[in-house]
Amino acid sequence: MRRILVGIKRVIDFNVRVRVRPDGAGVVTDGVKMSANPFDSIALEEALRLRERGEADEVLAVSIGPGEAQQQLRDALAMGADRAILVKSDTALEPLAVAHVFLELAKRESPRLVILGKQAIDDDCSQTGQMLAALWNRPQATFASKLEIQGEAARVTREVDAGLEVIEVDLPAVITTDLRLNEPRYIKLPDIMKAKKKPLDVIEIVSLGVDATPVLKVVKYEAPPQRQKGIIVKDAGELVAALKQRGLA
Amino acid sequence: MHFALTDEQRLIVETTRSFVVRELYPHEAEIEATGRLRPELRDELKRRAQAAGLYAANMPVAEGGAGLDTLTWILYEKELGRANYALHWTCVARPSNILLACQGAQRERYLLPAIRGERSDCLAMSEPDVGSDLRSMKTRALPDGDDFVINGTKHFISHADEASFIVLFAASGEEPTARGPRSLITAFLIDRDTPGLSIDDGYRSVSHRGYHNSILRFDNCRIHKSQILGELHRGFDVANQWLGATRLQVAATCLGRADRALDLAIRWAAERRQFGQQIGKFQGVSFKLADMAMELKAAELLTLEAAWKADQGTVTDADMAMAKLKATEVLAFVADEAIQIHGGMGLMADLPLERIWRDARVERIWEGTSEIQRHIISRALLRPLGA
Repeated sequence: MRRILVGIKRVIDFNVRVRVRPDGAGVVTDGVKMSANPFDSIALEEALRLRERGEADEVLAVSIGPGEAQQQLRDALAMGADRAILVKSDTALEPLAVAHVFLELAKRESPRLVILGKQAIDDDCSQTGQMLAALWNRPQATFASKLEIQGEAARVTREVDAGLEVIEVDLPAVITTDLRLNEPRYIKLPDIMKAKKKPLDVIEIVSLGVDATPVLKVVKYEAPPQRQKGIIVKDAGELVAALKQRGLA
Repeated sequence: MHFALTDEQRLIVETTRSFVVRELYPHEAEIEATGRLRPELRDELKRRAQAAGLYAANMPVAEGGAGLDTLTWILYEKELGRANYALHWTCVARPSNILLACQGAQRERYLLPAIRGERSDCLAMSEPDVGSDLRSMKTRALPDGDDFVINGTKHFISHADEASFIVLFAASGEEPTARGPRSLITAFLIDRDTPGLSIDDGYRSVSHRGYHNSILRFDNCRIHKSQILGELHRGFDVANQWLGATRLQVAATCLGRADRALDLAIRWAAERRQFGQQIGKFQGVSFKLADMAMELKAAELLTLEAAWKADQGTVTDADMAMAKLKATEVLAFVADEAIQIHGGMGLMADLPLERIWRDARVERIWEGTSEIQRHIISRALLRPLGA
């Protein structure tokens, strides 16, 4: 079976104004709306389109995190994924541990493609896809804004600093999605009702033999300094003078 | 008791809201400015609503709808209700549930095309001399062989300008009652191009720009008896059995708009600074927000409970009356206070508040006035005691 594995991370919804906890040990999540990482929704959309074009037979959505992440997997099933797996972990995971989980699942499920978001909007690490490719010893194409399958290879347009770069990678490969790859579809109402019947397996992270012990130490979380009130300048001369006065020019 | 939404309900709310915000909000200013929904825009948005499976979601799965139960349907209505009425009513239509009473050939001709979005319906009850007192209606349908001949005038007929057929309620006879002779009412399905029927522009309303009312004139309009919806003289039975929780639908759309107005007011109170601080720091403003949020929650709980009871088969007329009454009055209160918090800016057409405020007015009148709802509620209290 030609399978696409898609990662779905549960994160604070992008509309929420994130606040740092008073003790600096994290951000406030109580009563805060959670959603799928937007880049992951793009990854899922791309997988669904590939399946609709006949390039895949099954789309498998995977989330790694707390039990509540089943919500985001249900959303993914309603959007069109065929089945879902939640790898349950009640402690926060670092990208390396997440990459190891994906590696174990890749060994079990033998996907043709693993499509992940280029980063999650909570910690913005942008590491998991790259680490997975290295551990799995398969090619990677990150920051994809276009993806075409040609036989046993993928032709990927990447958004890089200099513009667009087109590369070809052999399959299986790891792709990470950029914002412009696609616009995720609306979940159709009748599909929401049908998604209930699709399989969603929950497994414990320990059952995969992954060592999730943190290797990084978080010192503390801090809110960025409040933006100071700006000044309005009349012309370029005044702007240059103002910059000079602040030692910026 | 259990108040949580299921995963499915939460998703339906999210996907409907996302459609409303992304596809409908951007066109509101145009409708408000022109008072008109362009046919090209209507068709394009309708196509998108159909693709998202939002169109006719109130209808059963077997007929091509999404088969929402009453509670989920009401949650969906709340999200649609956030947007300009003409946009959501026309482009994300919910064909009247009364069409489920269609039999035989009526199904192919009216029900199924309405669900597919090929045809659209409107309901004609009100007359110039008939508002709340429906059984005094003067539009007559008299039998003539296998036909009925209809004469009379209907007005305030919402959406008749867009509709391709009409569900008409007309007097088909009389019966004696304790309060003298009263009309027997029959429901008919009438195509808009039926000879003898003319549809003219109605009045210009302060509420719901772009969503028009029309005047229907029947002048010896002849229709075959096969156009009867339900049974002869049983028009109110058809309505009672099939029309469904339309008062909860009104309540839900009001909740959506009130929620939007409250959200704008909260954000404004947090952003706007006067006398050196955010105006939300003044209790004159923040206490308003507290009352708005509390009233809105009360109205929402009343509405959702009634919807839940409708699914259990235990809802009463008074339950629905309370929900409709509370939600429509809370919308008026919240819209008014949201404008007060905004000050002069609240009255400007640049924000959606002035139209939410205007649109709120009709909600306490149509689908049973606030007074009729209070009558229904108090009747339920007193009747068991013989009063």
